[in-house]
Amino acid sequence: MVKKIFQRGYIWLVLAFLYAPILLLAVYSFNNSQVIGQWSDEWTVDLYKQLFASGELMTTVANTLILAFVSSIISTVLGTMGAIGMFYSKKRTRNALNTVTQIPVINAEIVTAISTALVCTMFAFGRTYVSLLIGHVILTFPFVVLNVTPKLKQMDSNLYEAALDLGATPTQALFKVVIPQILPGIFSGFLIAITLSLDDYIITTFTKPSTFNTISTFVFDAYAKGGRSADVPALRALSTIIFAVIIIMVIVKNIVSNKQDLKTKGEKRR
Amino acid sequence: MEKEEKIIVLQDVVKAYDGQVAVEKMNFYVRKGEFVTLLGPSGCGKSTTLRMIAGFEMPTEGKILLNGKDITTVPPYERPINTVFQRYALFPHLNVYDNIAYGLKLKRFRNTYIDKNGKEKVKIEKLSKAVIDAKVSRVLKLVDLEEFEKRDVTTLSGGQQQRIAIARAIVNEPEILLLDEPLGALDLKMRKDMQLELKEMHQKLGITFIYVTHDQEEALTMSDTVVVMSDGVIQQIGTPKDIYNEPKNSFVADFIGESNIFSGTMVGNKKVRFINKVFDCVDDFPVNEKVDVVVRPEDIFLADEGKGMVDGVIISSIFKGVHYEMTFKVGKTEVLIQDTMERKVGERCSIHIRPDDIHIMEKEFDCNRYDGYITKRNTVCFADGEFECDVTQLYEKSHLDEEGYLVLENGEKIDLTDVDVKVEVGLKDIEIIDNEEDGDACGNIISIVYKGDHYQVIIRTDEEEEDFVVDTEYVWNENDRVSVKIPPNKIKLKLKAVNQK
Amino acid sequence: MTALKFSRKHLGIPYALFMAMFVVFPLLLIIYYAFTDPETGSLSFVNFIDFFTSNANLTALFMSFALAILTTAICLLIAYPTAYILARTDINRNGVMLLLFILPMWINFVLRTAAMKELLYSIGMFNSNKLSFVNTLIGMVYDYLPFTILPIYTVLEKLDKNVLEASSDLGANGLQTLFKVTIPLSMPGIVSAITMVLLPTMTSYVVSDTLGNGNITIIGKLIENQFSVMYNWNAGSAIAMILLVFIFGTMLITGKFTEKDETATRGGLW
Repeated sequence: MVKKIFQRGYIWLVLAFLYAPILLLAVYSFNNSQVIGQWSDEWTVDLYKQLFASGELMTTVANTLILAFVSSIISTVLGTMGAIGMFYSKKRTRNALNTVTQIPVINAEIVTAISTALVCTMFAFGRTYVSLLIGHVILTFPFVVLNVTPKLKQMDSNLYEAALDLGATPTQALFKVVIPQILPGIFSGFLIAITLSLDDYIITTFTKPSTFNTISTFVFDAYAKGGRSADVPALRALSTIIFAVIIIMVIVKNIVSNKQDLKTKGEKRR
Repeated sequence: MEKEEKIIVLQDVVKAYDGQVAVEKMNFYVRKGEFVTLLGPSGCGKSTTLRMIAGFEMPTEGKILLNGKDITTVPPYERPINTVFQRYALFPHLNVYDNIAYGLKLKRFRNTYIDKNGKEKVKIEKLSKAVIDAKVSRVLKLVDLEEFEKRDVTTLSGGQQQRIAIARAIVNEPEILLLDEPLGALDLKMRKDMQLELKEMHQKLGITFIYVTHDQEEALTMSDTVVVMSDGVIQQIGTPKDIYNEPKNSFVADFIGESNIFSGTMVGNKKVRFINKVFDCVDDFPVNEKVDVVVRPEDIFLADEGKGMVDGVIISSIFKGVHYEMTFKVGKTEVLIQDTMERKVGERCSIHIRPDDIHIMEKEFDCNRYDGYITKRNTVCFADGEFECDVTQLYEKSHLDEEGYLVLENGEKIDLTDVDVKVEVGLKDIEIIDNEEDGDACGNIISIVYKGDHYQVIIRTDEEEEDFVVDTEYVWNENDRVSVKIPPNKIKLKLKAVNQK
Repeated sequence: MTALKFSRKHLGIPYALFMAMFVVFPLLLIIYYAFTDPETGSLSFVNFIDFFTSNANLTALFMSFALAILTTAICLLIAYPTAYILARTDINRNGVMLLLFILPMWINFVLRTAAMKELLYSIGMFNSNKLSFVNTLIGMVYDYLPFTILPIYTVLEKLDKNVLEASSDLGANGLQTLFKVTIPLSMPGIVSAITMVLLPTMTSYVVSDTLGNGNITIIGKLIENQFSVMYNWNAGSAIAMILLVFIFGTMLITGKFTEKDETATRGGLW
């Protein structure tokens, strides 16, 4: 019994550490004070109003989302192609490609960032939207491969042959049999790509055009470089909204996957 | 003297998980050096029992004694008992040697010695490397895996992993070795070999083996004593021979080997009536008692028509290697027969059963059970009568439409006419009516017994001679002509298994 | 046969081309720049000599190691018991608890760091420059803790209960089982947790810039300085190369511990 209380106490203590900063921001997002820790007056939604009125912040949010979405789509297509191509290649080719795929995963982000910047300068498109996109694709595509490959391994290898046997062309077999089978992997790869892209600071800062900002670079400029613009307090409102959205998404995702689990279990029972 | 012999005793042991009882008031003991098998279908509580002896589970109630000492709350690492796990549970991060030496390396013993000053001192010592080496190589030899010390356990085959798991347990020289379905993961041939080897090992080591399995053949081949369990309750304890030849109840009979189980009634002194015929038997039960009659298929002899005790017809015959397995039909009852002589399907013949091959056992009689069928009017026919009933209970969440079809939850319509069902009616749910015309079925009262606070009346119907057993507060007379009525909601219906698919 | 497999295998070609251009080639560029004299453009070791003779650089190197090792150690000390309690008691029966622990992984890294800055600021941790190191350490532990819990939890959760029982059956008490069986068997999780934390703490300067008050320079920051402030690509590339050698060195050491499919790290997010 004592052990149980101790265990629960420990778990809650760690949770408190993990959530204290976020909750602090959330609470102060409903207050006007310039500095956290000095509560002024009363509860208000002024910061939320300010957030939605600020063109700069709204552009930043839009930039971040568009960048994440576009780069993830490219990554997903590229990564899926790569995973399928590698899976059906000869062992040697596969191993070589696999090793190279791992490089961006294990490499330090700063090294990936400067090397991408170097190459983009070399190919003479400098820091543009193209280099930014390439940077984010490099950051995310290996994770698509990592998620698709296991699904290819799990797939019954005879499915593709069966499709050909029944008269499908290789392209039809690919789109009608292989892709549907690995779709869950592709989808989770896409989700991770989005998450990573939204999260990134270092690669973004080395590849972006100078006037372009994502949430990461904006917040970093505000907090690390001390460029405290008038909009900084509104960031509290922004992070509270992000936090809320993430909680909702994770809960929804869990409910959906629980339902799927139940469904597959039910089907198995039959 | 006899007390010392018992190495492990379970006293009123109960194990419940969140109120769900897994093992109910269990009492049994194991003698030193015995090979005991806990046998039963999965979920019968046999593994839970074993895990309580090992110390992985604590009984909810009751005591476990080892050599007369209460060990109920002693943790597993302090018990002189070792386990061979179902899927071996070898440590994947250790090689064969380190797996086997695991227990030995943890062992500490008190060494009393005289120091330089002549004082007696006690030192806690470990086993020396040399001793451990010797022990490990000895058990490896015992399980026929010499020179496997350095091998990685994950590279071994199932059979080899199994042997290592056994070696790892017996190297600690436990007083009791527990084996939890250790051969379950092996193929048939390997299993047979290992059965013999385990038996041999048991004789060589001379320690107590407690073995858990759901395989009745395995249990009968290997054990000195078999404990048959079902639903957390011990059904029978005995030697393999006893259990096979003298099953205590229909569960044991059914579970051990193949059996015919018939419902019968005692009709006289050592006379039992089943399949519409009176047989002599050797078991003495009160007259008119409802009983289960068990006959092994190999104990039934076939004879030409008219020359045996009951005539019938062969309706199926399958060659099984040594014998033919035939189904013989008498009236509505099917009888399974094993014989080396084949009879053709459709052949009319007769069967003969010796009195001592008829095993009579008490029927746990809690309700009337009948085979019946549904009529066009959605009533049910059984025991020479037609009764109103609620047919929607056959399928969950179904209802009847105006035309009398049953509509399922998914909208499917089915016609229940002539569907075979199993019918159950409680003893207290049958009403006896004086007037023949007012009931749904009628018959004569053939027995009335006073049961302390009520009478138990048996009414036998005319044509099919089915019995209604009724608990009632009123006195009736034998041979009274009566009829019975059953409230529709008290008739429990179940689809017969065949129709369910 | 070749005609049949054409469509699948050759999907790998554009993928391989992309990787050649944006993964392999940039690394070669870095090696080239690292061994080139910035003034003469000839082959030289001058960049490496410069790096190892500069006190400021060596201090940064030492600081990086100190922060990385301390962060990793503290994260493991907090994460292992957490993961153990989550995996082996009924606290996490419906999975909600685990979700609470990994939820912060989805929130923007820079935002979380900023939130920690607000918290530390509000309790007066920015009053003295002496606290810069501690603040950075707290921030890093805060940021990387969820990434340590998940891989350890994944391994502990899969651990065969029978193996632990076998240990206890063979005479080991709780503590002995922990050290002789549980921890050795959870090594893959521990190692992948270490690789998740060690490298980013040395290179990702987001935390040290935000919380270090300008007093904490880590190796990643040095690279950034050479590229964005000094415009000395050769010196920056040399540092990046030193980092690369270190990365592949640790990969070789930890490689034998990691499981074949380690999507359990960041890839296990969704």
